[in-house]
Amino acid sequence: MSGVRVLVGTRKGAFVLEADGKRQNWKVNGPFFAGWEIYHMKGSPVDTNRIYVSQTSGWFGQLIQRSNDGGKTWEVPGGTEAGEFGRPKGQSNKFAYDAAAAPMTTHQWYDGTQHPWEFKRVWHLEPSLTDPDKVYAGVEDAALFQTTDAGLTWKEVPGLRGHGTGPQWQPGAGGLGLHTIILDPKDANRIYIAISAAGAFRTDDGGATWKPINKGLRSPYIPDQDAEIGHCVHHIAMSAKKPGVLFMQKHWDVMRSDNAGDLWHEVSGNLPTDFGFVIDVHAHDPETIYVVPIKSDGEHYPPEGKLRVYRSKSGGNEWEPLTKGLPQENCYVDILRDAMSVDQLDDCGVYFGTTGGQVYASSNGGDSWQCIVHDLPAVLSVEAQTLR
Amino acid sequence: MIRVVIPAHLRTLAGVGSELQLDVSPPVTIESVLDALEAKYPVLSGTIRDHGTKQRRAFLRYFACEEDWSLEPQDKPLPDAVVSGKEPFLVIGAIAGG
Repeated sequence: MSGVRVLVGTRKGAFVLEADGKRQNWKVNGPFFAGWEIYHMKGSPVDTNRIYVSQTSGWFGQLIQRSNDGGKTWEVPGGTEAGEFGRPKGQSNKFAYDAAAAPMTTHQWYDGTQHPWEFKRVWHLEPSLTDPDKVYAGVEDAALFQTTDAGLTWKEVPGLRGHGTGPQWQPGAGGLGLHTIILDPKDANRIYIAISAAGAFRTDDGGATWKPINKGLRSPYIPDQDAEIGHCVHHIAMSAKKPGVLFMQKHWDVMRSDNAGDLWHEVSGNLPTDFGFVIDVHAHDPETIYVVPIKSDGEHYPPEGKLRVYRSKSGGNEWEPLTKGLPQENCYVDILRDAMSVDQLDDCGVYFGTTGGQVYASSNGGDSWQCIVHDLPAVLSVEAQTLR
Repeated sequence: MIRVVIPAHLRTLAGVGSELQLDVSPPVTIESVLDALEAKYPVLSGTIRDHGTKQRRAFLRYFACEEDWSLEPQDKPLPDAVVSGKEPFLVIGAIAGG
């Protein structure tokens, strides 16, 4: 019997939502890690029982949690193991920049001065497509880390921070976060990442070297509108069925690239506003994409108080509003960048969470929606796992 | 036996009650108490002080005998009342909320 597990990270804990393949009746488990900010949680594509969680707090810093049983129980990797000489072995929350491999530079601060790199939290976890013990982590201040021992220890992938453009990177309002990591299913050496507000980067050699992939982006609110570095990329999505075709929700503008990010063109088309955070691609049709338009950078809620997912079946430009089952009046929530996901069932399921604590699901590719849980803390991330 | 009180979230994380008791070899200092705490409960490593620099996390403070020890040298001996177990060593988080 197939089923779906939806992993929901919120401002005050994690929730695991489960349903069978019909996706009509949902069981809500949680809160896990109550009171902590859960920026992201994601399962391994090769072992759905293996789930990783970024648990963070302004008081106590960063932790990584891991489940080996689909979210029923959790552990901090190494959290109970004493090391040599009585020293703790629990280093799963030790994210130390590799200053030897890439000298520590500075990045721009909000006021334009230079600011030292300081680790704050893990924004995004991306498990390997082939190895359940290998995971990439995107962190603030922006850098890429990886573990190959299931989260026990983390090592920076230093080529990215050492790219040389670091002093031009500057934080968005939410911080200098590396929030998007996309692994190419057909080329293990190709990885895409995105940083607010530096832009998008790609490696073709497994992380040793990186190139900015921001040509075609145009941002009127930065000094050099078509700069190589400095664009506020909110999220990028790619279909596993069509690697190399990327879709981007930028601060403003929905963009598309057909050549692995070498050149972008705008596909905002008839959207009511092209500001937003989330973007995702249908599991089976790589030309069907979803966004949730947000009114503006100053008003983070849907235009006209109507919560509408917009779907394009043509890879952009022509968009249709999807409203059935979504509130069409007095709705002033936001949908954050990692808070949309799709499942892999035959009739593709689409899921998103709001800052008002609702999680909506569609079991028919967006034609209709149901609120599967409401009144949670503000939702930071949503990831769907397909169980077969 | 040194008595230590940590914030509620860290108690949950370590799976302990309201007060901990630690064997700490002399000299009993902030550093040796936290070393013993992290050795017994590795999951707390990095949550009170930085892994590498041992710097106290900004939203936490250390208290002993109603005195603020947050800015004292990490290797300064703690008061006799803490060493004898009469008084606890407190790790207190900044107040959340309004």
